[in-house]
Amino acid sequence: MRFSALRILKEGLTGNANWEPHWRNPSPKSKYDVIIIGGGGHGLSTAYYLAKNHGIRNVAVLEKGHLGSGNIGRNTTIVRANYLLPGNSEFYSHSLKLWEGLEADLNYNVMMSQRGLIMLCHSDGQRDAFVRRANAMRSRGDDAQMLSVQDLRKFLPYLNYNSARFPIYGGLLQKRAGTARHDAVAWGYARAADQRGVDLIQNCEVTGFNINSGRITGVETTRGRIEANKVAIVVAGRSSQVAQLAGIRLPIESHILQAFVTEGLKPIINNVVSFGMGHFYISQSDKGGLVFGGDLDGYASYAQRGNLPLLEHVFEAGMALMPMIGKAKVLRSWGGIMDMSPDGSPIIDKTSVDGLFINCGWCYGGFKAVPASGYAYAHLIATDNHFHTATNFRFERFQTGYHLMDEEGTGSQHNLH
Amino acid sequence: MRILCPNCGERDIREFYYRGSAQDLHRPNLEDSLSNWHEFLHLRDNTAGEIRDLWYHEKGCNSWLVVTRNTVTHEIIKTELVKNTGERRA
Repeated sequence: MRFSALRILKEGLTGNANWEPHWRNPSPKSKYDVIIIGGGGHGLSTAYYLAKNHGIRNVAVLEKGHLGSGNIGRNTTIVRANYLLPGNSEFYSHSLKLWEGLEADLNYNVMMSQRGLIMLCHSDGQRDAFVRRANAMRSRGDDAQMLSVQDLRKFLPYLNYNSARFPIYGGLLQKRAGTARHDAVAWGYARAADQRGVDLIQNCEVTGFNINSGRITGVETTRGRIEANKVAIVVAGRSSQVAQLAGIRLPIESHILQAFVTEGLKPIINNVVSFGMGHFYISQSDKGGLVFGGDLDGYASYAQRGNLPLLEHVFEAGMALMPMIGKAKVLRSWGGIMDMSPDGSPIIDKTSVDGLFINCGWCYGGFKAVPASGYAYAHLIATDNHFHTATNFRFERFQTGYHLMDEEGTGSQHNLH
Repeated sequence: MRILCPNCGERDIREFYYRGSAQDLHRPNLEDSLSNWHEFLHLRDNTAGEIRDLWYHEKGCNSWLVVTRNTVTHEIIKTELVKNTGERRA
């Protein structure tokens, strides 16, 4: 079934009675070429690119709950490619290009909205750092534009420009950045993978790995034993628990990140605005809710909910930057489990077990990475070689100290990102 | 979340600085192997459930604490002064 304007018109005129399910609901087979553990954004995109780019279609995605029930459905939906460091920057650059073609590629409306992202700066030093970042982005082939205060006032007239603590000196705009509908991204990849023969198996928790002489032979699950030539873990905040089933300890600490949504309002915030110094960022959803968040709560947690101190901090930062939002009522807040790596950058690598791969450490930036992560992970699984955009996303960087990608410049230790 | 400080009683988490896993108390020797240092610095059990981690009562008695708590429920199970655990802070 292909989606098209004509199809929507036809179904609309015939009572919407003939839409089919977006994917099958198969029982697990006894054996697959590749098993992907985790039916979130990264897992589903990995399955899709395995089938599409590498012709590997005998693939199962095993999901403990239902598809897209983790962080892919619990984030603030921002897509951008404004990274500075080599190793990271080309990866996110690739990801943004994939985002731009995603709807046509998947035949699915992911509501990609390139509304522009503006990072604010508050001192001469920070503006210099932004100019450097903008030049790095442009030399990589992405768009970046420095905005003066006068320029900025046209985009964001409602900011408090003369705050004593953080007066606004300008901004860095990436026009191609924006937002996408998070659930639709999971559904679009799921449907496109299913159409290419991938089995999406829900309510199927992996409880153990079968390893023979150092080589993976399959997995034990709540729906029985399944054999596989290759197994790929991609389970975000739960990475340490799943890896531990194979006897692997990861350089990951799981932390809580909160986000907030207000009641629906008329359009007021047209871009994504990032107030890094205050640990605050905001955009407005297509439904009208202001979607905003800040930094981690700052302690290891799997609770999927945060505590009040960080909530207050985020609200105070928001009020300091744009006092008008004090009139909006917050509808809900939630917390996601972030797989934090020591340097704040991800891992897409082989493990000490032959045929067992892992993709983790996305910290609080996994959503924008969904297309390129699946693309690079599928490449690694299919060819045993690292894709050229992700050659630094390896375990060994922590042990050797080479190719660490510490975007924030705070150090490569836990609890610094 | 409120932490029971052995010196000050139950206090709001705003008063505490979080350091991370209490494995930090088991620092290798300088001449130890690279892989031991790697384990110490980077690898974590990252348990979903009961863990021991280090908190510093920055806006209170300035003590380092080992807090045993549940990462799934945020329940604080036990708090000890580091100096009473027999472990040393790195």
